[in-house]
Parts: sequence; structure tokens; C-alpha cells
Amino acid sequence: MSQPVMVAPRLQVPLSSGSRWAYLDNIRKNKGPFTDEESFDASGEGIGAMEKMRILVIGAGGLGCEILKNLALSGFRDIHVIDMDTIDVSNLNRQFLFRHTDVGKSKAEVAARFVEKRIKGVSITPHNCKIQDKDEDFYMQFNIVVCGLDSIEARRWINSTLVDLVDNENPETLKPLVDGGTEGFKGQSRVIFPTMTSCLECQLDMHAPRPAVPLCTLATIPRQPEHCIEWAHIMAWEQEKPFPKLDNDDPEHITWLYQKALARAQEFKIIGVTYALTQGVVKNIIPAIASTNAIIAASCCNEAFKIATSTNPSLGFEENYMMYSGNDSIYTYTFKHEKKSDCPVCGTTARNMELDPNQTLEDFIESLAARPEAQLKRPSIRSEQRTLYMQSPESLELKTRPNLAKKMGDLVENGEEIGVSDPSLGSVNFKFRLRFSRPFIPASERDY
Amino acid sequence: MTEVVTNPTPPILHGPSDKEKKYDRQLRLWAANGQQALEDAHILLLNSGSGTVGVETLKNLVLPGIGKFTIADDAVVAEADLGVNFFLDEESLGQSRSERCVNFLQELNPDVKGEHFPKQEGDNIEKLLGYGRQYTLIMYSLPIEPYTLALIQQYGQQYKVPLVSIHSAGFYSYFQIHLPGCFPIIDTHPDSTATTDLRLLNPWPALSEFTRNLTKDIDNLSAHEHGHIPYLVLLLYYLEKWKESHGGFPSTYGDKKAFREFVSEGARTDNPEGGEENYDEAVAAVLKTVSEPSLSSSVKDVFEYQPTAEESDSSFWIITDAIKKFYGKHGELPLPGSVPDMKAQSSVYVELQNIYKVKARQDVAEVLETVRQHPRGKEIDVNEVETFCKNAAFVKLIHSPDSSADTLKEITGMFDEQALLTMMPLSLLPIYLALNATSHVPSASTSEIIATISKTVPEACSDPRVVQAAEEVARANGGELHNISAMIGGMVSQEVIKIITKQYIPIDNTCILDGITSRTQVLRI
Ligand SMILES: [Zn+2]
Repeated sequence: MSQPVMVAPRLQVPLSSGSRWAYLDNIRKNKGPFTDEESFDASGEGIGAMEKMRILVIGAGGLGCEILKNLALSGFRDIHVIDMDTIDVSNLNRQFLFRHTDVGKSKAEVAARFVEKRIKGVSITPHNCKIQDKDEDFYMQFNIVVCGLDSIEARRWINSTLVDLVDNENPETLKPLVDGGTEGFKGQSRVIFPTMTSCLECQLDMHAPRPAVPLCTLATIPRQPEHCIEWAHIMAWEQEKPFPKLDNDDPEHITWLYQKALARAQEFKIIGVTYALTQGVVKNIIPAIASTNAIIAASCCNEAFKIATSTNPSLGFEENYMMYSGNDSIYTYTFKHEKKSDCPVCGTTARNMELDPNQTLEDFIESLAARPEAQLKRPSIRSEQRTLYMQSPESLELKTRPNLAKKMGDLVENGEEIGVSDPSLGSVNFKFRLRFSRPFIPASERDY
Repeated sequence: MTEVVTNPTPPILHGPSDKEKKYDRQLRLWAANGQQALEDAHILLLNSGSGTVGVETLKNLVLPGIGKFTIADDAVVAEADLGVNFFLDEESLGQSRSERCVNFLQELNPDVKGEHFPKQEGDNIEKLLGYGRQYTLIMYSLPIEPYTLALIQQYGQQYKVPLVSIHSAGFYSYFQIHLPGCFPIIDTHPDSTATTDLRLLNPWPALSEFTRNLTKDIDNLSAHEHGHIPYLVLLLYYLEKWKESHGGFPSTYGDKKAFREFVSEGARTDNPEGGEENYDEAVAAVLKTVSEPSLSSSVKDVFEYQPTAEESDSSFWIITDAIKKFYGKHGELPLPGSVPDMKAQSSVYVELQNIYKVKARQDVAEVLETVRQHPRGKEIDVNEVETFCKNAAFVKLIHSPDSSADTLKEITGMFDEQALLTMMPLSLLPIYLALNATSHVPSASTSEIIATISKTVPEACSDPRVVQAAEEVARANGGELHNISAMIGGMVSQEVIKIITKQYIPIDNTCILDGITSRTQVLRI
């Protein structure tokens, strides 16, 4: 008995017009049971408006490649992409717009050219630079921003920039931000309406930095292979300076660190130092695979599509965050992250911060990097009365440097507000109201 | 946090190979043995309908380097394909969809082989499935002809090949995994925080002796020595003292809280820090580490499962049997042997690590001896026994249920009751019912969908949520949305990787995606 290979012509999908966007138009031209009829426009005008929208993709890496493909197949016609990176061979297992012959070229340019060539009628404009190189006018031209980055710092920068753009008198200034992130089999996607809903900074403590290993452990009592590698990375390198500047991507440099770490591990009888682990620790490598990027990027683009077309309700004003985990079965959790009134970026009130007044300004500054709600690496600090410390310009740094050794209790009052700025935040200032966690003992009363 | 897997034996003098460089980010998840399993795999996709979800799935399998894939699809590329499928272009119009997709997918990774089907006139499904056991796993997209489906199911049963069905229409999608027989997993990659097993309530002689040596003069130790006693040793020491005064170990929550207090009173506070870090660590670890050994439900499930005659000859069940005997004799599973990081002198910590490793090796030896007594036991690799012992507390068995209208009826009867009681989100079962009603037709109207549902679960048809789901499926008119297919394609490829590498835990057995509320749900159907 002979049968057709499979579903055969009888199961072909019925097409209204045989047009390119027939499947998309099933959705764009017909309302469903959950469609909000006030905002949904089923006419050609609604579709025309969507096609005129300008959408910005930040990052052309694992998520970015997927996002560009998805947006182009969602009916967006005017897409921009910004990324300063060049293509590395370790990108090829997931960044599917790149080939071996592209290694070393600009990610934004190669990705844009590829998708433009594959999908007729879409325009993709690449920007081979840092997001910080672009000004407010640049960001003002977009209707939606979709972000697929692996760095928290860049996310915080774009988040605070988009919050800053909002002018309540002009609805055009509100740019919905859709953000995705992955690690191994896990990831998250979220939608932010800047100033109206919980922003990335409100959610910062969901992504607490890993605690750093104390320096004295590295220096005197290493126990884990990672301790030996960090020792080679932080201490041995500084001491011996085998090359003028450490380049994480130079195999010769990694090999040097690996051998140093291996020797130290042998000295302490610690096993487990490998080249791959050395590279992982030094570059802070996050495992990444195509499938997780596909899930998260598609989720982000699905939200962008719903925002642009009103074909169905999007994440945003109610639930705004979807968490995905694929390690053990599949588990997603979709919930509403509440906006924080004391958010340093989108809130209006200063955030309370506990501190020990007996610690020095220098220790306090160091602690700002580790505190989940701050995560600031190069902060400059002003109190209500005066400038406590400035990272730059050099003249101000020199002038304020003596404060570093002073106790916090000598510099600020309990309950005083401080302003903190950091290059990672753009023009935004953090406001913290300081609360002393224990009594301050002035120098005159100490040590007696 | 993701557990990082590293290659055990890197070349010492030169860096990683080209392949290790290309696959670096994924080798950290499934290591060289997982990669090898992928490279040995051949995956068949039977494509249908608007044809995108299966191709998006394959993309995520070609990139990490599966050995081979075949796409069977007799469709000819039409204009509408170009609006949804990224692996086709203008020049593909009018040509074989399977051939064009294979060509574009293959470009992603020169290490992967791709085949299309049909190749010539007369190529049919019987021929495709007639080459014997050559596919590692088969995926098919819905809708599908019942005749074709029956042949696939027959093939899966005959050759014990896992099948994955995928249906994507508009904002809705689901996929279902059909595993042949039971599917055991040893390397489940539990969270590193869950794996600490220190045996504090039942230390073996070497560990007790080590503790005695470190603590015999605890009050007279120097500040440095006292502040560097590993917390594990502190807990053993104070547990012994507690037992002397209380006649037993702390077991209730109240006991443990009191014990925490008892430990923290031992810390020295006459120092500039006003405390000791190792004592802080000990106090923090009490609730998690001071507990009687117990078997998790998934291990019990493995122990209680009765393998068929055919299954019981596999190494998994032979080792399971040996471990069951070990557990029967000792009341404990073999020791995993790892020690978490803790404040300690390097040499003391390494010595402690060795005590755990030696005991773990002894346990492996005992299990191995039992394994060797089995008629087939000589053929079993010692590494497999070692891995099993290390992961014994986390092994997992998946045995898919047989799908039948009865169970569907049962699930339907109660799908929202629990949600309403627990304030959980509502079930996504209506989406499954609506999509499932279009398994064998290219598209259907709302009333047709409802009519089909009423044949299996009549009581569901009056549910307004089922009607809404049917309306939304009808709206899609059998067409895919690229985003939804890309998303479910990503999920399917994650599951396929888990099944092929036998690492991590796959779903059991149906995952439903609602692209409107951005939620998923896993159900056993
Ligand atoms: Zn905020």
C-alpha cells in the first residue's frame, strides 16, 4: 500500500490570499476572545502603523541574533541594532547568523546584513558602538527597545536612560523596554513601561552578585581550585606582570594564569584546576546554549509584538516578569514585580541604607559593589553638606582622597541623605538615607 | 546558579582544541560525554502544516552539534512560508521545502549532516521508516494524518525510540514526549546547594577521630587555630556534647534552634570582630545538615519500580539492585564524598576532603562487588558505578503514562478546582484540548473544535475557558506565529538534549505554552 509521505496536500494550511504575511494577518486582522477592542485596529491602518514603528535591539549576541530574526518575522520593518563586540569562535554554537569566516567582524553589521538579505522588505540598521556612545536624541527616535545583553551594567545604563527620557506631557517619550537574559537552562524576560511600572533597578536585587572570596583566603588559605585561579589572576599577575596588560581573550595569557594556578594548587594539594575552569573564572563565563536563547528571545519578541499590535494583552501593567527554568522539567513563574517608591532610578524617595558608622569611607565604597541593592563599582559620593569622594576628574579625586581613611560617622550624620553617582548609571543619581546600625564611637573615645 | 561542568583532563601544555573552543559554553553544561551523545544522534523531523516549529527546534540542535538530522516534508515552498520560516528565501519558492530547509540549517554547523526526504518519486513514509533502527529520536509536528501517525508510533514502539509531538497555532502551543518504557536518569544535575551530605549524625571512625584530634584541646587553642576549625568539625564536636547532656541528637525544629544557640555560645567574642566566622558558618548550616538520612520520593520511586525482564538486564537496574542492597544493610546511600567550601586552613580542609573521598571510594567498592556478582555484572563500567553512587540521592525515573480518554477526563474534571483553592494561576488544559481537537485537520472553526472536544470530554464544552481557547485556536486558522514556534522550539530542543545526553530531567510528559499570558504548564496527559 502506498501512501503520501505524510500530511500531503490535504492537510495544507488554508490561505486567505496566499500572501507572504497570511499567518500573521490571521492574527492581525481578526480579534480573539482576549483582544482589547479599544486599542486593537484590525484595518490595514493598524498594520501600516506597526510597519512604520522603529524598534531598537540592544545586543547582537546569542539573544540578539534570535531577536533580529523574530522581529523581522513579526512584521516589524524598521529595525536598528547596536553592539560593540566582534565575533569570536566560541559564539558559533548559538549565534546562528555568524559563520566561521565572520570571526573578528562586527556583530551588529554581520547580523544586520544577514537578516536583511534573508527577509525581503525589512531594513536593519547596525550601530557598531557602545550604547553609552549614543545620546538622548538617538534613543528618542524609537518606539520600542528590546534588550538582549549579558551585562548588568549595560542594562542599568539603558534602563536609567529610558526612565530619564520620559516627559509626562508627551506620551511619545515613553519607550517600552523588553529585556531578556539567560544562564544555562534558565532565563527571564520582562517588560518595563519606564516610570509607570517596576524598572530594572527596582528589580536589581533579583540578580545579586556572587559573593567575592576574601583576599586573605586567596593569599594564605586556598581550599578550592577557584581560589588558586583567583590568586593567579589577582595577585600573581600583578606581582609578575608577565605581559603589559591582561587580555582575557589571549590564550597565552590564560595559559600563564592556568600554569600559575596549577602550581599553587599542587603546593596546597588542591585538585581540579583546569584550563577550562581557569578561563571560566577569569572571564566570568556564563554557560550559554542556543535553546535557552531561543526561548527567552522569542518570549521578548512575542511581548513586543503584542505591545505593537494589541492583538492580545502583553506583560507589563499586571504581570511583568517571566522566569524560566529548564534544569528539572520545565518551570515558569510569571508574576508582577512591584515598582519601588524608593527606587533610585524611577522612585521619588530616598532609599534607606544601613551602615556601620565606625567603618571608613573606603570600606563603605567597597561595600557598595557587593550590596545587592547598589552594585556600584566606581561610585562618587556627595553628602548634603559636601563632596565626600569623587572618582574623577583627577584633581577632585586628589582633593577628596584623604576622606577615604575617615570614619563614616565623622563624615555624615545619622539620617543624612547622600547622593551616589556611577559611570554605569549614566546621568542618574542614587539617593540613600543612611541609618547607623550601631552607635558611632568618635576617635577621641576609641581605644581607651 | 548553574552547576559548571569542566573537562576532567585538559591538555597541560596547549590550550583547548578547536572543537572545545567552539563548544565551550555548552560543554560547561553537559561535558564531553553529553557532547558525544549528541554527536552520535540522528534526529528525524516529520514536518507538516505551516512547517516552522520543527525547523526552529532543529536549529537549536544543529548549532550544538547533533550528528545528523533528516527532514521529511513533501510540501513545496509557498509565499506564506517566507513570512514565518527563517530557513527559506525568495529563491526557495516552488521548490521542495525539506530540501531548502536542510540546506540552510546545514550552513549553521559544518560538523552536522542533513538529509531531506522525499528525494525521488515513490519515496513514501514506509520507505522512510523502513531502514530499521536508525533514528535516535523522532519529532513530528501536528496536524498529521492518522495513518502517518500510526506508522510513527509503531516505529517508536518497535525500536524503542522516543517520540516528540509538537503543535503550534497562533498564540498557543504544546508538545508531548512519548518515551518508550521507563527512562532512568543518573546525572540529574541537582542544585549544588541541595547536594551537601555530611553524615553528621552518623560519622564513621576516621571522621570521629579527625574531629577528636582537632577539638581535644579546644579551649586552649590559639585564636588563629580556634577560628579555623572547619564548621563541619565544630558541628560534630557540639553534637557529641549535646548528646552527652540530652541523651540524643537534636531532631525537632525546636531542638535544632536550641542547638544552634548552643553552638554559637562556643564562639570566642573577645576579638576585634566580636565573633568567629567558622562559628557563623556552623550556626548557619545546622538546619540543613543536621538531619537523619532519608530517601527522596524520586529515589523511592526507583527502588520500588519493577523493571521488566528486558529492562532488568541493563546496567542501570543492576546497579540499582546493588545500591538497594547497600541501603538495606547500612540504612544509608553510598556517600557522595564532596565537601562544601568552608573556612579552614588549606591542609586541614584537604585532609577532611580526603576522609570523605576515602569513605566514598569504599562505598563504591562495596556496591561494585555486589554488581560483579550479577551474571552481566562483569561488563559494567566502574565509572558508571561511581557516577551512580555519587548521584544516588538524586537519581530519577520517568515512566510516561498511557494516554487515554479516561485520564484526560479525570484531569479535565478537576483542572481549575485546585487553582481556585490555592490561588494558583488557572490550568492551561483548555489550550491543550482546543489544539488537540485539530490534530488531524488543517484548521477548524470554533464550533468544529468544540464538537470534537465533546466526543472525548463532553463536560468540558460548557466551560467558558474552553470555548475561549477554541476561539483563539480558530482565529489562527492553522497558521503559526514565528515567535511562539521559536519559543516552543527552544523548549523542545532543551528537552531533546536532556533525553539524548541523559542529563538533567526532562518533562513528564506534556508542556503547554500560553503566549497570551506568557505562562507554561507541565501536565501528565
Ligand atoms: Zn525603578
